[in-house]
Amino acid sequence: MPHIKVDDSLAGIRGLMNFRPETAEPLGALANALLKDTEGLTPAERELIATHVSYLNDCFYCHNSHGEIACIYLDGNRELVNQVRKDYEHAAISDKLKALLQVAAKVQQGGKFVTEDDIANARKHGATDRDIHDTVLIAAAFCMFNRYVDGLAANTPTDLSTYPARAKQVAEKGYGNHIFSKNQPVAENV
Amino acid sequence: MAYINVPEGVPGIRSLVMFRPETGKPLYELAQVLLRGESTLSEAERELIAAYVSSRNNCMFCMSSHAAASRCLYGDEKNIVDEVLKDMPHAPISNKLKALLNIAGKVQILGKEVKVEDVEAARKLGATDREIHDTVLIAAAFCMFNRYVDGLGSWTPTDPAVYEEMGVRMSKGYVPPK
Repeated sequence: MPHIKVDDSLAGIRGLMNFRPETAEPLGALANALLKDTEGLTPAERELIATHVSYLNDCFYCHNSHGEIACIYLDGNRELVNQVRKDYEHAAISDKLKALLQVAAKVQQGGKFVTEDDIANARKHGATDRDIHDTVLIAAAFCMFNRYVDGLAANTPTDLSTYPARAKQVAEKGYGNHIFSKNQPVAENV
Repeated sequence: MAYINVPEGVPGIRSLVMFRPETGKPLYELAQVLLRGESTLSEAERELIAAYVSSRNNCMFCMSSHAAASRCLYGDEKNIVDEVLKDMPHAPISNKLKALLNIAGKVQILGKEVKVEDVEAARKLGATDREIHDTVLIAAAFCMFNRYVDGLGSWTPTDPAVYEEMGVRMSKGYVPPK
């Protein structure tokens, strides 16, 4: 049960955003700017970074939600998402993305864990300043989102079949105010 | 020197926001709503939560600047800030604020560290849902800001006078640099 009184029909961060729309607005805008952007990193790569960091932070709601969104961008390749989530070093992804995931995993531990060698390695595989910036900020932002969700014990659906419908909504419409409206997407064919 | 090509001579998060204004805008808006928006927690108290979490994350830039903002807002009681950063449980603050700082400290470790007992303790001392929500989100947000600032190796000034001046400016609100 959540630590504060939120609308029970809204899952995860959606219930928290609905509780306090004033903070929901910049949080949604930040997620859109970081995850829907197409310059440099693709939306799929951005969501994979979010998924991996959320997994490291042991945030069930976030790693499953963002894993599903990545899955949509990757044409349903759930196997790849699961591999990146738990063991990206052996995943069928570019060396550049592996190097950026290494940076993201350091950020998850703490900002000072990122070393010049980590950055040089990413650069060697073709990462630009903007790629590095966005990777660090995505990882840092999920160290916030994960703590926000679990720190208030937000509603976390354990039934994984409920995640794709919400993921589809985000993949199609982004992270605006619609994600915490009363009218929530429900699973199809159930 | 920062890991990426940010404007020279600009400290901490300001340099990063100038590098990428599209993400800088919501970051500053978030800080403004959380730390300066309407709330039953004072601005000084909210800055203190930010400084406390930044101190636990060992982020010198954020700790020094938000401690300076909190000192500026506390005015004659500014010693509170250093007492809290040195030894929170024995600092001269209300038990309610101690309970909220305890929650913030748990959030700093990880979300799941916040237990029902921590929240109940704060509630018993008068904390509202809104105050608990804002405490958790301030603490979580600084787990982001701290990692952003240090993860990109942004410039951290060492002269205390620089932070004092920064604190005065921050006390008036958060406006993204041009």
